Amino acid sequence: MSEALLAVTVLWGFVFIYSVMATMDFGAGFWSMFYLNKSKTKATNIANRYLSPTWEVTNTFIVALVVAVYSMFPGAAYTLGTILLIPGSAILLLLTLRSAFLVFSHNAEDYKKALTYISGIAGIIIPGLLISVLPITHGGFVERVGEGHTLNMERLFTSPNEYSFVAFAISSTLFLSSLLLSDYSKTSNAPDAYRVYRRDAMILGPVSLLMAFAIMLTLQREARWLYDRMMDDLPLLLVSVGFFVISGIALFLPSLTKKDVKGMPRLAVVAVCIQYLIASYVYGKAHLPYMVYPDVTIQSGFTDPASFRAVFATYVVGFAILFPGFVYFWSMFMHDKKYLRQKQTTK
Amino acid sequence: MDHLTIARSMFGTTMAFHIIFATIGVGLPMMMLAAELLYQKTKDRDYAIMANRWTKTFAVLLGVGIPTGTIAGVQLSLLWPGFMEVIGRVMALPFQIEIYAFLIEALFMSIYVYAANRISSWMRIAALSLVAFGAVASAILITNVHAFQGTPAGFRVEDGRIVDVDPWAAFFNPSFLTSALHVSFSAYTVGAFVIASVSAFKMLRRGLSNRVYEFHQKALMLSLILGLIFSFATALNGHDTTQMLHETQPEKLAAAEGLFETQTHAPLTIGGFTDRETQEVKFGIEIPWALSFLSGNSFDTKVVGLNDFPEEYWPPLFVHTLFNGMVFIGTFLILLSAAGIVWRKFLKKEKYPKIFMWAFCLSGPLAVAGIEFGWIFACTGRQPWNIYRILSTEESVTTATNLGVLFILFVIVYAILAASVVFVLLYYFKRHTVSDDLAKDEKHGPFSLNSNS
Ligand code: HDD
Ligand code: HEM
Ligand code: HEM
Repeated sequence: MSEALLAVTVLWGFVFIYSVMATMDFGAGFWSMFYLNKSKTKATNIANRYLSPTWEVTNTFIVALVVAVYSMFPGAAYTLGTILLIPGSAILLLLTLRSAFLVFSHNAEDYKKALTYISGIAGIIIPGLLISVLPITHGGFVERVGEGHTLNMERLFTSPNEYSFVAFAISSTLFLSSLLLSDYSKTSNAPDAYRVYRRDAMILGPVSLLMAFAIMLTLQREARWLYDRMMDDLPLLLVSVGFFVISGIALFLPSLTKKDVKGMPRLAVVAVCIQYLIASYVYGKAHLPYMVYPDVTIQSGFTDPASFRAVFATYVVGFAILFPGFVYFWSMFMHDKKYLRQKQTTK
Repeated sequence: MDHLTIARSMFGTTMAFHIIFATIGVGLPMMMLAAELLYQKTKDRDYAIMANRWTKTFAVLLGVGIPTGTIAGVQLSLLWPGFMEVIGRVMALPFQIEIYAFLIEALFMSIYVYAANRISSWMRIAALSLVAFGAVASAILITNVHAFQGTPAGFRVEDGRIVDVDPWAAFFNPSFLTSALHVSFSAYTVGAFVIASVSAFKMLRRGLSNRVYEFHQKALMLSLILGLIFSFATALNGHDTTQMLHETQPEKLAAAEGLFETQTHAPLTIGGFTDRETQEVKFGIEIPWALSFLSGNSFDTKVVGLNDFPEEYWPPLFVHTLFNGMVFIGTFLILLSAAGIVWRKFLKKEKYPKIFMWAFCLSGPLAVAGIEFGWIFACTGRQPWNIYRILSTEESVTTATNLGVLFILFVIVYAILAASVVFVLLYYFKRHTVSDDLAKDEKHGPFSLNSNS
């Protein structure tokens, strides 16, 4: 494997990890807003219990992602920085309001409602904007001016492909997070919340799948090169749909551990993650070697080899050192029965 | 404003805003750790309550520090793609390692806050130490990129291309160590004096119970002692930093001092305004020979003046004022904290006179101003270069247009954040006063407070 390919694989890994974590994070923010007035089911409590300790960690991954782009592909960073100025700034502004108000909502009781609404709504727009980076790199909206590039905003915001991506991002954020929260609430012994999230997941799953089809349909018209390359891996795409079906079935299976509820959410979560992994592998593979079609490739953007090796070494060492920290964190918040089953988290 | 000026103002505004929260974010964990350790040592519950209340403040400030830091990180590549292309090739390591520092801080902060009542007190101290470590490490690492801008190393430019990259040589560039120390010491100084300000301000209130007054008194004493140590360290190391400038960026030092003619026995000029036309500092006080001595530890040291450089390479001359402001604040903080400690510990006086108390109140905002002066001096004093003698600021700016609207939007968001963070802190602490916490502590024991939210 060439070094550039290795680098882009690491980058793709970060994108994948971030997209799962961010989906959870933004989705949990939305649900904690959506069920704010239905305190009986504890759905808001469950969402907050997940969200409070994790948002900082999730946020670090978006920084890691940006840093990975400019430290491994500084050549691409130039073009990306230029064309993403406006969408990037919009994301930053919303992300800032969202994070700050999320934190403030825990401290200003009387204003909790308003603050939760602002952060919940901002949080659900962000995935739509974040995913727009993908259609932008397909090249159809980027214009060359002299040496540099600019983004044609008008063309972007009249493109059906862009809107299918946005719709997909929002629906799958809500889908994945409700699925994960259903698992979380099952572990937390909150059957009412579990039923709510399981129902939401069952509605949103098919919606997300539909949006994925919409992306493929519009892609065929707007970025033919990518569509054709993805279709080369049609068998894998079908396997990915298969995993989606498995996760659907898992929600109807009888529960092995609890009698009062139905479904195996843990299995459903794992199946959906595999589904996303396969689908994004196919997408990523088809996208190569272009970072921004057709001018920037992974080779043309690649950093100095000496720098890459040093950076890569820090990845290995860094994650080796941090791994026990992650395990400890996981055991404190995802696994600890005392934390999960406490009667009251926010008072 | 022209394109470049807008980009510079926009980035400068972001940084000036981020740095307030970032610096307090480095300084406060140090104070929290000091209070936790004192609690373990003395078993005086007041220190546990202090650590608790400061943690609450820290968590709220993180709500602004983290997103604005994210803005800073992304805006670097949005506004200065030319700069980040060079950084990506040569100086990616600090950014990369910084991610691990952020992760350490974020993981253990959550554990310290949300799991406090489930872990042992030593585990809590370990978690807090890692938070403090993560914070100062992230500050040192990002400062290293700034150090590299002043003293680039680890590569050569040949026909406009970057060759012979040695990322670790870039990492350990000549000013790494001095800058890292200066930034860490000054951040701890800020942490200490911000606490001193708040405690002094609370003590000035009428009608406090003795118990509450005593609580603030302890916090004030702790912050004065740490404040003295760190402001003194900042000044000592500031001296090293000045010598570093003398060797590596002489035109910045010349602009800082308003020195036009190269000379030995150069004077140190305090205050005043540099006049480009007459080539002198108006209304300044000159201390003969002092600058030569500061720069090279001997009066014979030759200090290079601005006239030895082409005028288009001169930094803006107002940096003289920023430099003076920083040094003045440093000196003032040392004297103030030393006097405060002597007054109480050695002269054994019960209470401070009013004027003393007001000076304490002022010390926190002054320390923050010192940080702002220092950064703006260091960045503006490097102009017109973005990477000293290698990449000009003009070459590194984005080609995308219409920055003006974005600039306005960012400023609006910073204004909203600034107003709401102040509001939230006031709101929260009005409903959770020190006497509430003291009462609650008597009932349930320490760290019963932590479990909420
Ligand atoms: C990563 C390195 C880095 C760090 C740690 C900082 N800066 Fe900086 N700063 C830059 C990297 C930079 C830069 C991107 O390289 C700029 C933009 C153009 C230039 O020459 O330097 C800059 C410009 C810049 C300007 C505009 C200068 C001018 O145009 O005259 C100001 C006012 C500041 N910064 C202020 C700050 C503050 C308050 C900081 C404290 C956090 C800070 N900088 C940290
Ligand atoms: C261009 C310069 C800078 C960039 C790009 C930057 C970037 C960032 C980013 C991305 C974060 C959020 C991390 C997360 O997601 O957890 C952050 C937070 C932080 N930054 Fe900065 N930063 C800069 C300057 C500084 C400086 C100069 C300091 C210290 C003096 C500093 C200290 C911190 C600290 C301690 C945090 C943790 C959050 C907090 O305590 O508020 N940063 N910064
Ligand atoms: C008291 C004597 C002090 C001296 C002689 C001194 C000297 C310096 C010098 C020469 C620089 C420029 C470094 C460069 O351009 O690379 C600098 C930067 C800076 N100073 Fe100071 N300083 C002093 C006190 C302080 C105090 C009290 C604070 C804050 C509380 C402070 C905060 C800073 C900061 C944040 C920077 C920018 C970071 C850097 O470039 O290292 N300084 N200082």
